[in-house]
Amino acid sequence: MSAASDTRTVVVEREVPHPPEKVWRAIAQPHLLEEWLMKNDFEPSIGHRFRLQTSWGFIDCQVLSIEPNETLSYSWAAMGVESVVTWSLAPTEKGTRLRMEHSGFKPDQRQALTGATAGWQRFFAALEELLARTQ
Amino acid sequence: MTTAQDALFRGLADPTRRGIFERLCREGAQTVGALTDGVGISQPAVSKHLKVLKRAGLVSDRREGRQTHYAAELRALSPLIDWTSEMAAFWDARFDRLEDLLNRMDQ
Repeated sequence: MSAASDTRTVVVEREVPHPPEKVWRAIAQPHLLEEWLMKNDFEPSIGHRFRLQTSWGFIDCQVLSIEPNETLSYSWAAMGVESVVTWSLAPTEKGTRLRMEHSGFKPDQRQALTGATAGWQRFFAALEELLARTQ
Repeated sequence: MTTAQDALFRGLADPTRRGIFERLCREGAQTVGALTDGVGISQPAVSKHLKVLKRAGLVSDRREGRQTHYAAELRALSPLIDWTSEMAAFWDARFDRLEDLLNRMDQ
């Protein structure tokens, strides 16, 4: 199976009335990142491994590329699924166009499901969380 | 919650059934006899659980001579693990929080 045709991407893009420098701080400073994303040990340097703490476990990440005030990309591994998150900031008249691209999901997640028992426990914990949210 | 999801959750609600389903995922197709070894319950009980799993679409069966082999149907789980719609909703909500934070940073 070829990787390109087997992956999917989520894109969220918004224009915010704040300058790129300020938006950058919100996505690249650990204590600010924690306020809207998750508890973390992020550091803005290439190759830095960090973890995002969720209620069901950790998301393992590694900084892949960084260009202050412009782009930031990191790997994102959760429940056996490998993906990449890329942030892009572009200045606009009113502020910043902020774009987040999360790519690498495979439509058929057999790998994630046939993994270790630990993976299963996380899977069901996440499932319970999903249930709690959908009820 | 859709009917399909409802059947899935019902199928996986019981820990013994989850255990059986997990084993079929990990170890591949098996007979009732093989599944009974190691779950600590009787063969009729295992058969009953398999029936529920089959009704939920989580398990398929295939006859081979006198034996019936049961296999996990992972595709049945896809309504629960549609990553793209899950993650799109996740990021959308996080963007709201990010905007909130940005507004607070002004003050």
